Amino acid sequence: MPKVLQRPRRPTRTPEAPPHIIEYFRNISPGLPQVEFCIQCGSCGGSCPTAELMDHTPRQLFALIRAGELDEVLNSNTPWYCASCYFCMVRCPQEIHITDLMYGLKSMAAQSGHAHRNPAMDLSRIFAGFIERYGRAYELGIASRHYLRHPPYNVFGTARMGANLLAKRRLNIKPEKIKGVSQLRKILKRAKELETPL
Amino acid sequence: MTTTNAKNGDHRIGVYVCHCGSNIAGVVNVFEVAKWAQENLADQGVVVSKEYKFMCSSLGQKLIEEDIQKEKLDRVVVAACSPHLHEKTFRGAASRAGLNPYLCEMASVREQVSWVTEDHELATEKAKAMVSGAVARVREHEELNRIRVPINASTLIVGGGIAGIQAALEIANSGFHVYLVEREPSIGGHMAQFDKTFPTLDCAACILTPRMSEVGMHPNIELLTWSEVEHVDGYLGNYTVTVRKKARYVDTSLCTGCGVCWQKCPKKVIDDKFEVGLGYRKAIYTPFEQAVPRFPVLDKENCIYFEKGTCKACEKFCAVGAIKLDDQDEVIKLSVGNVILATGYDMFDARRIPRYGYGRLPNVFTSLEFERMCNAAGPTNGAVVLRDGKTAPKSVAIVHCVGSRDKKYNTYCSAICCMQSLKFAHLVKERTGAEVYNFYIDMRTAAKDYDEFYQKVLEEGANLIRGRVAEVNDATLFGGEEGKLLIQVEDTLIGKQRQIPVDMVILAIALEPRHDSAYVARQFGISTNSSGWFTEKHPKLDPVATMTDGIFIAGCTSGPKDIPASVAQGSAAAARVVSYIEQKELALEPVRGSIVAEKCSGCRICNGLCPFNAISFDEEKYVSEINQALCQGCGTCVAACPAGAIAGTVFSNQQVLAQIEGLMRVPFHETQPAMA
Amino acid sequence: MKYLFYPGCSLHSTSGAYLDSLRAIEEKLAVEFEEVGDWNCCGANEYLSLHRIPSYALVARNLALAEQQVNGTRTLVAACSACYLNLAKTEKYMRTDRALDARINDALAAGGMHYTPGSVQVRHILDLIYNDLGVCKLKKLVSRPLEGLKVAAYYGCMVIRPDPDKRLRDPENPTALEELIQATGAEAIDFPLRTHCCSGHMPQIDAQVSFELIRNLVAAAVKCGADLLVTTCPLCQLNIDAYQDQVNKEYGMDYQMPILFFTQLLGLAFGLDARDLGIGKEIVSAAPALAKIGVKAEPVTPELRKRPPKAEGLPMPAMPKAFGDDL
Repeated sequence: MPKVLQRPRRPTRTPEAPPHIIEYFRNISPGLPQVEFCIQCGSCGGSCPTAELMDHTPRQLFALIRAGELDEVLNSNTPWYCASCYFCMVRCPQEIHITDLMYGLKSMAAQSGHAHRNPAMDLSRIFAGFIERYGRAYELGIASRHYLRHPPYNVFGTARMGANLLAKRRLNIKPEKIKGVSQLRKILKRAKELETPL
Repeated sequence: MTTTNAKNGDHRIGVYVCHCGSNIAGVVNVFEVAKWAQENLADQGVVVSKEYKFMCSSLGQKLIEEDIQKEKLDRVVVAACSPHLHEKTFRGAASRAGLNPYLCEMASVREQVSWVTEDHELATEKAKAMVSGAVARVREHEELNRIRVPINASTLIVGGGIAGIQAALEIANSGFHVYLVEREPSIGGHMAQFDKTFPTLDCAACILTPRMSEVGMHPNIELLTWSEVEHVDGYLGNYTVTVRKKARYVDTSLCTGCGVCWQKCPKKVIDDKFEVGLGYRKAIYTPFEQAVPRFPVLDKENCIYFEKGTCKACEKFCAVGAIKLDDQDEVIKLSVGNVILATGYDMFDARRIPRYGYGRLPNVFTSLEFERMCNAAGPTNGAVVLRDGKTAPKSVAIVHCVGSRDKKYNTYCSAICCMQSLKFAHLVKERTGAEVYNFYIDMRTAAKDYDEFYQKVLEEGANLIRGRVAEVNDATLFGGEEGKLLIQVEDTLIGKQRQIPVDMVILAIALEPRHDSAYVARQFGISTNSSGWFTEKHPKLDPVATMTDGIFIAGCTSGPKDIPASVAQGSAAAARVVSYIEQKELALEPVRGSIVAEKCSGCRICNGLCPFNAISFDEEKYVSEINQALCQGCGTCVAACPAGAIAGTVFSNQQVLAQIEGLMRVPFHETQPAMA
Repeated sequence: MKYLFYPGCSLHSTSGAYLDSLRAIEEKLAVEFEEVGDWNCCGANEYLSLHRIPSYALVARNLALAEQQVNGTRTLVAACSACYLNLAKTEKYMRTDRALDARINDALAAGGMHYTPGSVQVRHILDLIYNDLGVCKLKKLVSRPLEGLKVAAYYGCMVIRPDPDKRLRDPENPTALEELIQATGAEAIDFPLRTHCCSGHMPQIDAQVSFELIRNLVAAAVKCGADLLVTTCPLCQLNIDAYQDQVNKEYGMDYQMPILFFTQLLGLAFGLDARDLGIGKEIVSAAPALAKIGVKAEPVTPELRKRPPKAEGLPMPAMPKAFGDDL
């Protein structure tokens, strides 16, 4: 029996990005040139140090946004692979604030429930947790909690590195706590209430 | 000076309100305006008030003409579009009907009302106010006649590139005299530097040099090379241009162009003009072998004689004694009727973009450097080699859009670089068989036979990668890459970042306006756009004229374009000039200032202010006077005169004040718009 | 000169050496760094990945604390590149975007704080030393010229890009660090990847891409003949230093390229003791490279290491003299 062909997927019927989404992106970066200015030249993807591991290069992501393919955009690992090197932003001929948009996409993906089991997001969540608890980052705590969930690529190498850093007194055993922690928490709580809705 | 016209009722004014299709009528209630004018402006002399769909059409004009004759109108107001567009039309109609054209006034209720106001009620009120203002004003108008000026049959062409050469030949062949002023020692411009031209791959010199030599031999063309325009005076048909002929240190009446002097000259200098820094010339030189005129120039700054007082080899060896080491600049004055500016372009400085490595990495070249390299008479005799002067590259990258289409440098597209880059791809393949990569954002091959050329290059196997190059560096890592340059780019068509090692990189740099274009524009009284290119009178319909009548522009001076377009513009500008010359006389608008001698106190404040140097001072009468022909009616002196002694025709105090009074009759500003 | 100082979390842990050397050269530079009281973490690149307004508010608390502490100076100096950029960016965005400013101050008010945009000027320590002190003055302070040492300057990303207040002239081709290196008497190597990313926090996310980037940097430094790298960023130092071992394992190489903070280099040139500058805390030891400066090498004119001379061939275009004017 010949194998029954799968029904071909229909071409996407999504309209262009709904206006409120474009508005949301417009608010991410307090500058003028926005996503709609992208001429797809590829300077961003060409400059990006981590481009080879991204699902989509930055400009592909912008094209997807403009085509309204938000599911694909929010599930993309691209913004999570952004190393914040800002190369794209200084080289873009249309002066689009690309790195700021990447941050915006990250927070959008995190808040809308996409990007689970993503090591980058988990790292950020752990880091944020410590900040909100102590007011300052606690490397040893962050690293150990993160590596438990996402084992490092080279376990022995990492362990040795950790031991070295401890021996050179470059890692604090105990976390540093600021005095104004409760004040900070009040501020952050209020700020979360003021966060721009999706 | 303006005779205040008589009391109410003395005039018979016709008001015509145009619908302009729906442009005006769609917002302004034209019927209401016409009716309002009839009823409320009768005391101002309005006896006829009509509306019509298209006043500028022949029927519309006929309407006015018939009314002028039937109703014996002595003033006309047309409420329509902008005077820039149709003032001439309606004045023409008036004059055909026997009314002095300057007794016709327009109220721009399209550009100033219907096109800029959303609320219909507000717009209608404003239109009424403008009609009222125009009516009040036109009562103060008086009959004027255009000033006729003779046109000098000689023409000045600034710039001896292909556009200038074309224009010069066209005018000279029509039998009129041309002065061709060129700042470099030879004519030819940038085209003389190229090797082959796209899309035909004609050798640039082969098609250019016959024209150049025709210019050199033409009886009607006076060639002034190694010269620059210093000062421009005058107006259409009567320009006086001061030109500085820089010292050549060569007596052109004796020089035969034999070339002994530059052969014997011991001082070698990097030629950063013609050879773009890639080759050498001597201190006394002609820029290239086929230079027209053939007379060399001496570069004083690099000459041993001028530095130390010794050498004088050129003088010793010159068989006819043509070397004139005591030469001086000569300043001459030319009288011309028209000017064509064909001053060309400069190239973008690639050092401004450090990430492409130009200037740091030896094997990065600019497009113009590569042209010189390919040129058979160039520094490598046409061989494509690396910076060491001998090794042929095995892989070449050509980078499009360097300095163009970028908000940080130049936002415009330089029009020719895509074709130029494809041409380079072809030349590299032909001469070295190397692997060629073109990196582009968009491929712009829009004119005749251009896309066919693109197909040809595709056929030859060039690698065309769509992606703007992010970086060129020499941080090679792997074996086999030593000494190569890495191109880092996103290949957007496959969505992956690529690092491609190549031997040589060619940057297709942007075309930029000449770096003194703003200065030259001021000299001639024309304007430039924000990038520095000269502004044409109308971007679509009048590409070779400027807002200053008598000054024309041709070629890349108004924006990047290819050779066919430059040549076309050269011919176009020449045709305009010849048409003016053939008319022998032209009429100038009588918008002028004139000084009321009784009121002038002789303070002379106005003298220095006039941008056209039209005001002189009469020592005997102790008053200032305005030359009516030079005056362009800008109004600067009118505003400056503390005694109010200067009146402007067409913009006199009475006229403007009357217009204001007319406007104030309608309190349109008190109308509440429907929307907040 | 007094400056407000924001150390940031790294200077209190992984990059203690940076803090040590900064404090050590304070007196020589005739500056005083007054730490902002009870500062909190700036959020690095992590907090902004999850929240927008809260991350700006997090940074703004520090700005507000600095505003309260303004004490003869309104310049806030940060040493860590990421801290600097977060502070500078937040400050600028609050200054230019009214709506954002209102929201952030609303949040700050919940903690009884307020920040008026423009009250504090945020600067990076490199910018401060290079622009305020100047290379000429620095040269005069050098008592132990580091002649014979070949140093490659590594800027990383966030100090020179996006440079919101336009302090370091050129994001693609900066020369500040090289000029400082030359002033110490060492030779500044022209290192082609000096503005390339060290991979930031990627080692914790995807080690492989990170190792490749680190390997590229180290290999290029070795190829150019550098004895050591100097940097301005704690994370760059950590990545290149602490992970070099694992990078070697991954690629089967044996690189030993030490990386120090530029303040440590300056301190050495000022004649200070290596121990006081935190030298020895790095995992890839700088001792072998520094052993060179104990030796009096033949005087090397402090010029950029030249490319192999081209005796023949086509002339190069004229370039401005590399790394600043003659002093």
